Amino acid sequence: MSGSALAPILETRGLSIRFGGQIAVDQVSCAFHSGTLTAIVGPNGAGKTTYFNLISGQLRATSGDVFLRGARITGMAAPLRARRGLGRAFQLTNLFPDLTVLENVRLAVQARAGIGLHALGLASDHVDLIERARFYLNRVRLTPRADAAAAALNHGDQRKLEVAILLALEPAVFMFDEPTAGMSVDEVPVILDLIEAIKADGDKTILLVEHKMDVVRRLADRVIVLHQGALVADGEPAEVVASAIVQEAYLGVRRSEAAHG
Amino acid sequence: MRFGARLISGDKPGHPVLSVLLIALLVALAGAPFFFPGTRSLAVASQICIFIVLAASYDIMLGYTGIVSFAHTMFFGMGAYGVAIPLANGWVGWDAILLGTVGGVLLAVVVAIGIGLLSLRVQAIFFSMVTLAVASFAQLLATQLRGITGGEDGLTFSVPRVLSPAFRLLAQPLFGVRLDGRVMTYYLIFAVTLVLFLLMLRIANSPFGSVLKAIRENGFRAEALGYRTVVYRTLAGALSAAIAAVAGALMALLLRYNGPDTTLSFSIMVDILLMVVIGGMGTLYGPALGAVVIVLAQYYLQPAMQALSDATAGLPLLPAIFHPDRWLLWLGVLFVLIVYFFPAGIVGSLRGRARKG
Repeated sequence: MSGSALAPILETRGLSIRFGGQIAVDQVSCAFHSGTLTAIVGPNGAGKTTYFNLISGQLRATSGDVFLRGARITGMAAPLRARRGLGRAFQLTNLFPDLTVLENVRLAVQARAGIGLHALGLASDHVDLIERARFYLNRVRLTPRADAAAAALNHGDQRKLEVAILLALEPAVFMFDEPTAGMSVDEVPVILDLIEAIKADGDKTILLVEHKMDVVRRLADRVIVLHQGALVADGEPAEVVASAIVQEAYLGVRRSEAAHG
Repeated sequence: MRFGARLISGDKPGHPVLSVLLIALLVALAGAPFFFPGTRSLAVASQICIFIVLAASYDIMLGYTGIVSFAHTMFFGMGAYGVAIPLANGWVGWDAILLGTVGGVLLAVVVAIGIGLLSLRVQAIFFSMVTLAVASFAQLLATQLRGITGGEDGLTFSVPRVLSPAFRLLAQPLFGVRLDGRVMTYYLIFAVTLVLFLLMLRIANSPFGSVLKAIRENGFRAEALGYRTVVYRTLAGALSAAIAAVAGALMALLLRYNGPDTTLSFSIMVDILLMVVIGGMGTLYGPALGAVVIVLAQYYLQPAMQALSDATAGLPLLPAIFHPDRWLLWLGVLFVLIVYFFPAGIVGSLRGRARKG
């Protein structure tokens, strides 16, 4: 175990993607170790979500590689990466709208259990899976809405459901893409506490795309900054946030945005 | 779970009216030879059974997985030719029927997997076009390969003695009904229909079925959870094709004939679509009710209009409007009205009402 603690669980080497002439992610090399929460910050359009999509397999890299536990997964399809322990939550709410809240989570538990191809048993007979789904619903405080259609939830509850689905996958690597975006102030702590609880497990790797600097300061062990697709800073939260390049690239943009708003 | 609920895989109809309709349908079909004696009624009941299987199997694709295929009649035809070809070549026996059905089912599964793997990765509309092209090709092939399929004329054949009209199970009629080969054929069809329908309910409510619904709702998300959608879609297609082929085998046994018009024609494909949409997609019970509506309309709308036309003979214009030649027009009107007032189909609308309380 001591040896594997040194080897990164997830690593990207020279990872790039081009859309036409535009480079969206530019030669990003970065290693992520278990037990750490890395915040990925950068202005809008910096390539954060695209970088996530390259890691979890929704997009294929133009060049460079992704390694999971030392194995190259660059060409692997998204479902296979998910089964290997890369769990992804999406920035834009991405649910099964007409299915119930409980069924949304149960599908994730079922994916983890690997019984999706069982066609002759009843899903309702797998009581243990349903119980686990209820457990995760309870963790995001959605138990009262278990039988509602996912589409009927308000935005904040849909964000919580997105997080419950990710928890239910029980991945080795958690990838949160702005989990608290658009949530009301009193709902945010529920999600932040959950992320802290995952961190407290000690052996999980968490990647967090986040705009809010207070959230980053509270949760992150490490911050990396993307700017125009390239990795421009990497280090302790305090030093990175204070660095000139972040002030210019990230906070500078924020200030002008605030002026527009 | 009680036995009855287990039998229907816990898939409760969801509205009292629906429960009543389905129980009435089950009772009516179970006793059809006794409740509705006569060759014509029995043919109608048989067709209803076969189309229940055919429409419900199409629903696994359309309603559960969200795949639009126009090749369902091709699989229906494969099962029908599977039975017709050995029987028409003088091999009349249960072994020929069994082997022919298995052959038809296997061919259907192989072709469905082929279509699935080749084109389910691409856009939905392109997949639909591919199925249309393949189905047209199969129809062309069936009419051209005269030596095997009998071409346009099709194949007429004898069936094992138990299923032939001359057979008598009992010397005396039972409740005034002679238990001849037609009744035996009907009960064979009814039994297979019941078993296949319960099997489909089981599959729809299995872990596999829940993944199909997830893919229909959001394929991208299903992939991110770790489900390989191409595999699931292809398997759903193969399953649906296999069951359609069994329905085709039943059709051939019922008619003691098979040709391009009875199992491969595009108008049957349209009927299947109507059954599923009218009944309610993604419910299985819906397509069963839709099959009843459409088959009854096909058989009885024309005579009903004849009666209406005769009854209004003295009045201006009305006899012309209800002229039996215009039955297709009225079927169209019926369809438009149902879709307008029940956009989610019969079952979908009733369930929606039950939810609102």
